[in-house]
Amino acid sequence: MDMKVAKKKLGIKERYGHMTRGLGWEPTYQPADAVFPYDKYEGIKIHDWDKWVDPFRLTMDAYWKYQGEKDRKLYAVIEAFAQNNGHLNITDARYLSAIKLFWQGVSPLENYVVQGFARAGRHFRGEASRVACQMQAVDELRHYQTQAHSISNYNKYYNGFHSQRHMWDRVWYLSVPKSFGEDALTAGPFEFLIAISFSFEYVLTNLLFVPFMSGAAYNGDMSTVTFGFSAQSDESRHMTLGIEAIKFLLEQDPANVPIVQGWIDKWFWRGSKVLALVGMMMDYMLPKRVMSWKEAWEIYAEENGGALFRDLARYGIRPPKGWADACEAKDHISHQVWLLFYEYGGAAAFHTWSLTNEELDWLSAKYPDSFDKYYRPRLEFLRDKHARGERVYQSTLPTLCTTCQIPLCFTEPGDPTKISHRETVYEDEKYVFCSVHCQEIFCNEPEKFVQSWLPVNQIYQGNCFNPDVDPTAPDFDPLKAVLEYFKYNLGRDNGEFEGSEDQRNFAMWRGQASKN
Amino acid sequence: MSVEIKAVEIKPLRNTFTNVAELIGGDKPASRYQEATLGVQATTNMHYRPTWEPEFELFDPRRSAIQMREWYDLKDPRQLYYASWTIQRAKEQETQEANFDFVESRCLHLSLPDHVKKLALDVLLPLRHAAWGANMNNNEFCSRAFSEVLISPAIMQAMDNLGIAQYLTRLGLLLDEPEVLDIAKAQWMTGEAWQPLRHMIEDSFVVRDFMEIFLVQNFVFDGLIYPLIYDRFVDDTLTSQGGSAVAMLTSFMPMWFGQSSKWVDGVLKVAVAESEQNKALISQWTTTWRDRAVAALTPIAAMAFGNNQETMLNEVVEQFNARAKKLGIVA
Repeated sequence: MDMKVAKKKLGIKERYGHMTRGLGWEPTYQPADAVFPYDKYEGIKIHDWDKWVDPFRLTMDAYWKYQGEKDRKLYAVIEAFAQNNGHLNITDARYLSAIKLFWQGVSPLENYVVQGFARAGRHFRGEASRVACQMQAVDELRHYQTQAHSISNYNKYYNGFHSQRHMWDRVWYLSVPKSFGEDALTAGPFEFLIAISFSFEYVLTNLLFVPFMSGAAYNGDMSTVTFGFSAQSDESRHMTLGIEAIKFLLEQDPANVPIVQGWIDKWFWRGSKVLALVGMMMDYMLPKRVMSWKEAWEIYAEENGGALFRDLARYGIRPPKGWADACEAKDHISHQVWLLFYEYGGAAAFHTWSLTNEELDWLSAKYPDSFDKYYRPRLEFLRDKHARGERVYQSTLPTLCTTCQIPLCFTEPGDPTKISHRETVYEDEKYVFCSVHCQEIFCNEPEKFVQSWLPVNQIYQGNCFNPDVDPTAPDFDPLKAVLEYFKYNLGRDNGEFEGSEDQRNFAMWRGQASKN
Repeated sequence: MSVEIKAVEIKPLRNTFTNVAELIGGDKPASRYQEATLGVQATTNMHYRPTWEPEFELFDPRRSAIQMREWYDLKDPRQLYYASWTIQRAKEQETQEANFDFVESRCLHLSLPDHVKKLALDVLLPLRHAAWGANMNNNEFCSRAFSEVLISPAIMQAMDNLGIAQYLTRLGLLLDEPEVLDIAKAQWMTGEAWQPLRHMIEDSFVVRDFMEIFLVQNFVFDGLIYPLIYDRFVDDTLTSQGGSAVAMLTSFMPMWFGQSSKWVDGVLKVAVAESEQNKALISQWTTTWRDRAVAALTPIAAMAFGNNQETMLNEVVEQFNARAKKLGIVA
């Protein structure tokens, strides 16, 4: 028998190569363009897929081992949380609004990108890039499902969680993240990668994931924070994919640079608009605050992002077009969005409330240049009205930006007293925007953005009523009919926190659990 | 005697999410599988048409000719969700890893008779490319499928396919020098015996109907390849010739095939029972792809079983036909 002992030892890189790149082949019975039909039409030129640098070298055996271990721990906590009424350990029932916002507006995006990454994981010609995308696809499945399982317990006891899926497809403010996700999913595979892996995961994740998870940690939400810790290593892999992907595209061909730059401009701006919701959450919804939105922006966007774009300058990439405006907005957007939701509180499936003096002082200290001047007086005015029994609820419908779909509530750069507003006429139709950057995104792809399903416009067209309602009936209440179409439990999911069922139940149950 | 710890009991306002309740007959306690999958995919008010396929909506059941009144009927009898999947695979991986260690530590890979080793490498290593093809098809199925009840198991299946391709790669690297992988790839690309199989798999890469992709890959291809290769070739032929080490190194595959078949059968059975039209279409797909697969596997069976090839292949086809019949498929 041939007893060969001195077998060649493979290096990690070589071994991983056999486990991924080595598996694929160039088709000969079908044209390669038929097998991979989607990776050319965006104009990106790839000359050598072998130059792709593996962002992480994880084979399935190791993946199962790590992830299995993590999920065993995570589910033990989820289980214990449910068994011991962990929800009663949160700081205050107002905190629930933050998780509602996450569940309604962020979790569905996790689920969306499963299919997006599966598509990229099938349709790039390079095997190594495909494997990295597939791992992210299945990770994102993990994130959605673990969020559903942790939030399941909150849903049993509190309002606003129950019809997240139904609301996602219909509710006015959820069309902001929904249109963001669908914009990415309907783009070609390279734009998808720049949108999600680079612009979102790499540049902005610390402004989304970290604030929510730190907010959970600060506010006694054991279930969400355990998920956060558990997802951290997945997130770092996703960030590495983002940075490797962009470097690869930029190095492959100089003609890719302007295309990629256009996508960075677009997706940075779109992402920063979605993040306005996070800003509001951080500054207003967390009873125990982590840091202000402005501070988070300065650390994660200005410092980290600034360094990143200095690094990318050698490829001919400059900071995104909207950068300066987005930086200026750090003093304003969280307040503007909170005021919007406060006034439209009747139409939101989470609660809003008046801030205490202590909380207003905190904001004054964190926003010395803007809060006392522009926002504190309005918040105090609204609080006074509420105290007099005249809680303000807007019932007129706002105008939405055609691109980001946020109601026009942001102010002009350089003038925080003037609502920013732009218009474009395209094929005899007028389109409205919240900013010059959203307008530009539209003008670059008008045939795409004329399709936007704008909730307010749809309501006016009568498309947001349940099929069994009769709008000609004499007692027809259109606002109520729309909220029913959203599947709100009126008076329980929406409106003022003070006096809400969530507030009452939390106080009562905490009393039961902590007093005799 | 029973010990009962008292905990503060709070009566919940509701048991589950409405998208789940609507699919399980009302608001009642729901399983993790149900909360992870039922009613989860977006269904309406989509914003933009895909630039890569403007003829369809972003999420669109018309990407298959199969029609379902309720796509969420196509449930996974294994009730897998991510955590149960990854925890289960981690356990199975531990067993598979122990097998690799056992074979290596006792040098069983070095004591394989030469002709057995050669036969094992000749037959098994090109199949790592077939497993990669399966991975491609399941990613395609995942990205095109309608309803979360298909999307969620699809991506897990795709990752399983990748794991299998990697186990086969490890087998090659353990039994011989890395060059055997190149030799096997050359066989896959130009070796006469492998061309019908590769041709068929490449043709499956251009199928766009997601239910057809599901059926072709997970029912027909796997349903013929796994019993032929892992039950008959590895467990019978090689083992009887002193190659049981190979069976240890591939023990994951037949075990996995048994599990995934439960899913595939569960989906097809319901889709067939839905309508005569579905039944006819699924039967037609099955017949066409089965006949093609049998022809493609014939030269590989000749390599694996020599004179015994016809019996082995016939047994596998009969087994497959019986399985199809049980699902209501006429093929």
